[in-house]
Amino acid sequence: MTKSPGKNGFGGNLARILASGAFAVTGELGPPRNGSREDVVRKTEHLVGNVDAVNVTDNQTAVVRMSSLAACLIAQKRGLEANMQMVCRDRNRIAMQSELLGAHALGIKNVIALTGDHQKFGDHPEAKNVFDLDSVSLIGTIKKMRDEGKLLSGRDLDGDDGRPGFFIGAAFNPFADPESFRVLRAKKKIDAGADFLQSQCLFDMERFKRFMERAVDLGLAERAFFLAGITPLKSAGMANHMKNKVPGVIVPDEIVKRISGVPKEKQAETGITIACEQIEELKTLKGVAGVHLMPVEWEHMVPAIVERAKLLPRPAFAGPLADPSAPRRPGE
Amino acid sequence: MIVAERKPLEEITGFVAGAKKVLVVGCRGCVTVCNAGGTKEVEILASLLRLNSQREGNPMDVDEHTMERQCDPEFAEAFGEQLGRGHDVILSMACSIGPQFLSRRYPNERIFPALNTSFLGGALASGIWSEHCQACGNCVIHEFGGLCPISRCAKSLLNGPCGGSENGRCEVSEETECVWQLIVDKMESNGRLEELSDPRLGKDWRTSRDGGPRKIAREDLIK
Repeated sequence: MTKSPGKNGFGGNLARILASGAFAVTGELGPPRNGSREDVVRKTEHLVGNVDAVNVTDNQTAVVRMSSLAACLIAQKRGLEANMQMVCRDRNRIAMQSELLGAHALGIKNVIALTGDHQKFGDHPEAKNVFDLDSVSLIGTIKKMRDEGKLLSGRDLDGDDGRPGFFIGAAFNPFADPESFRVLRAKKKIDAGADFLQSQCLFDMERFKRFMERAVDLGLAERAFFLAGITPLKSAGMANHMKNKVPGVIVPDEIVKRISGVPKEKQAETGITIACEQIEELKTLKGVAGVHLMPVEWEHMVPAIVERAKLLPRPAFAGPLADPSAPRRPGE
Repeated sequence: MIVAERKPLEEITGFVAGAKKVLVVGCRGCVTVCNAGGTKEVEILASLLRLNSQREGNPMDVDEHTMERQCDPEFAEAFGEQLGRGHDVILSMACSIGPQFLSRRYPNERIFPALNTSFLGGALASGIWSEHCQACGNCVIHEFGGLCPISRCAKSLLNGPCGGSENGRCEVSEETECVWQLIVDKMESNGRLEELSDPRLGKDWRTSRDGGPRKIAREDLIK
């Protein structure tokens, strides 16, 4: 089995950059908790030209936000390729497959299949969850639609023209337990059809390296692209919060010490420095194909980070996503 | 077994508000085993209701009775002997199946559930019960080291632990064990971890509640 982009022409800009062997950069955009197109446009401004594609989250942390597909379309109109995230918490296989077909028809190139945060963490803890599928099943479903022209049930899609040619993304977390199963879980996602995987926030480089070593040994890096998740720390407070309060994230003591050891007004600067050092190390780490930047409520730092980490200029392969002949709307 | 727990007393006193005569009915099935609705719990609830009604200056007659099983038409039939004594309200201390069977057999009686039916599970230790089954109708626990990820994982994951498993605990609650940690530990210690490596694409939920209310008809037993 070989990595599918390039060979099969799935996806868009991100797929081509990864296939070319260039070190890829993806970003993250959380849709607003309102229906404002302008709010989405504002968030794209720090990202256009600085990342190869942007993950548009799907009601992340189970908080109601503008739908991922809608925000993806707004981002793509601005020339920013979207990775549409899709979680299994809120919809069953009927609704998800329907949305995938619609997303393809509307020009979405990349989909990231996730299980989703439990609604307990969100703004509607009283909601009923779905979890008809899990992330691995959703990945397999997307692949089946794309490669076989079939729905999960085995029923054929009508004709071959409307097969959704998505570049399929997934998440991996080397920092959660049980550690012994983490590579197997990533392998399952690749076996099911994942073309690229992005990690949970990386702070524990040793554990990440252990994971990548095993992934490389199993030949996984030959079959899919691994991107390391980078979240710059804003303060010692944030470092402690991530360390103690976020399940599945490990912040080693030396990082907490380092950021706590500088005066408060210099901590953000130190956080950025740490992130840039990590990126530098990842550039040469075997099996790593790029980074996924996820600053938390700090999106405007992306241009500075990619600049300092010497990730500019970004290569571009696919033509511009925005259709220049489309009528301009207010706010564009 | 079916594990249940008694509703808060305030909710139950609301059911019997204004009643002069009440019958509390227990069940010797699951709810006796899980200490929620057996003879002893019937006695306790009846005493609480008597005390409460006296305190409010509106004393109420509370009778007690415990049935062999409330979820059985034969016993529901025999329960008729307890009726006709002027009870305004009947409080069933069975799982919700009991008051449904009694209501169907005695449609003119006012029957309330005094328990909340919690889950299918077992006792981990004295006084502690936990959910072990979701009655999905197609048991696959043998593929997961004898543990059920459908009922015991907060997201019913069938392909391994989510990214929130930490130190053996579920991200949804510190109180909850991550069943996937237990599954991986068990399979690893048995040298069978590889058996978990094939992706499982989409469970067939038709045998679960999603296929509609379920019914079993055994030809060999139908008279």
